[in-house]
Amino acid sequence: MSYFKEIYYGGLSLIEGLIVTGRRLFQPLVTVQYPRKKIPLSSAFRGHIELKIFEDSGTHKCIVCMSCEKNCPSGVISVQGVKQKEKGPKTLTDYVIDFSKCSLCGICVEICPTATLQYSREYELVGVTQADCRFDLLARLKKQVEQKEYEKNKQGKAA
Amino acid sequence: MSSDWFRLILGLLIALGFSQLNALFLVWLERKVAGHIQLRPGPMEVGPHGLLQTIADGVKLVGKELILPFKADRKLFFLAPVLVFTPVLVGFLVLPFGQNMIIRDMNLGVLLIFGFSTITVLAILAGGWASNNKYALLGAVRSVAQNIAYEIPLLLSVMSVVLMVNSLSFSEIVNSQKTVWFIFLQPLAGLIYLISATAETNRAPFDIPEAESELVAGFHTEYSGMGFGLFFLAEYTNMFIVCAVATSLFFGGWQGLFGINLGIPGVFWFLFKTYALIFIIMWVRWTFPRVRFDQLMNFAWKVMIPLSLVNLVITAIVLKFV
Repeated sequence: MSYFKEIYYGGLSLIEGLIVTGRRLFQPLVTVQYPRKKIPLSSAFRGHIELKIFEDSGTHKCIVCMSCEKNCPSGVISVQGVKQKEKGPKTLTDYVIDFSKCSLCGICVEICPTATLQYSREYELVGVTQADCRFDLLARLKKQVEQKEYEKNKQGKAA
Repeated sequence: MSSDWFRLILGLLIALGFSQLNALFLVWLERKVAGHIQLRPGPMEVGPHGLLQTIADGVKLVGKELILPFKADRKLFFLAPVLVFTPVLVGFLVLPFGQNMIIRDMNLGVLLIFGFSTITVLAILAGGWASNNKYALLGAVRSVAQNIAYEIPLLLSVMSVVLMVNSLSFSEIVNSQKTVWFIFLQPLAGLIYLISATAETNRAPFDIPEAESELVAGFHTEYSGMGFGLFFLAEYTNMFIVCAVATSLFFGGWQGLFGINLGIPGVFWFLFKTYALIFIIMWVRWTFPRVRFDQLMNFAWKVMIPLSLVNLVITAIVLKFV
């Protein structure tokens, strides 16, 4: 009798399996069609660092204290600045990072005394040489400021 | 006589065209079913919902080089993919697509289809043997053993239907299911037929001849380009034929359920039922894991054959006394 019992219970378990996969046919898909659809980034997302734009000045607040460069464990950051006046503050002339070495530890962001560093939301980064991984943050900032201004003008015209 | 020849040639041409279209559609459907069962969308990029993906794949296959393995049997190696496609074409000759949509209404149609379907095994053995590759040979040998084992319950389950109709002609079998489909009178035979048919077409969970996790690709390991393409084409066309035969034998062919036709032409009933069965076979493939070889053989010889024999004997006794 165990012969028929085995066939019966075996058949039942097979049908149960079919029901499991059959239900899957009507469940929503988990795939995101990437270039056309994107999922919102987590607020904790860490891209490469960038210079923050402050609303009051419309630019960064870097004082070229070199804390980020000195504290970077991988030697990613190189900052250069010049003194405009003899006893005055330094102004930033060059801020370049080599993202290929960066480990995203975030020490530079934490240590920045004027909080002018932040993580960018950039994740679509493609490069085929090491030079492609070098980002000039000051040039990037300039572009962003221009973009902002352009949009502001456009909005002003529309209104 | 000449109109007979005309009908035959035209029918074969239509069958050739249909088998290509059918394979293109089924490959796409298979990938879609597989995708949705795994919560993926399947092919999406080429054409609307990836419908043209298989055409792109086919063009790629045609453009590829046919590679002849070292020390392979040249003639047999190139003959096998052609040979695997012949029984498939012959099958279309006697399939009853509709009331009068049958290329040649032979009184031995059922016998013809099952007689020729054995050539598939021969082609698989030839391909595996000629490849001079141990995986291909192992796959071919497994295929032969499996097909011998599963042909018996397959034919026995068909026999019980043939006994009821007292004819081997497809149109007569379909005609006698006007009110009640044979799946309701012969549920066991129908089930056994579907299981053995899955095994006959080497599809999962009985796909041990090509078991990709053990045998690379089984009998078609060494085939490239259109050689592989023909095996692929034959597999999907075989699937269609097997399901079409199941439709005619057990699910009433071009007839509607319980004689209710709903005014839909018979061809659509037939195609709808056939593709529904094909969908079930695909569903099964993406649900169950592959069986081991001894499990496969035990299942055939200890379960399927005794049950189908008992079913046949009971059918004969009932028919004798009723």
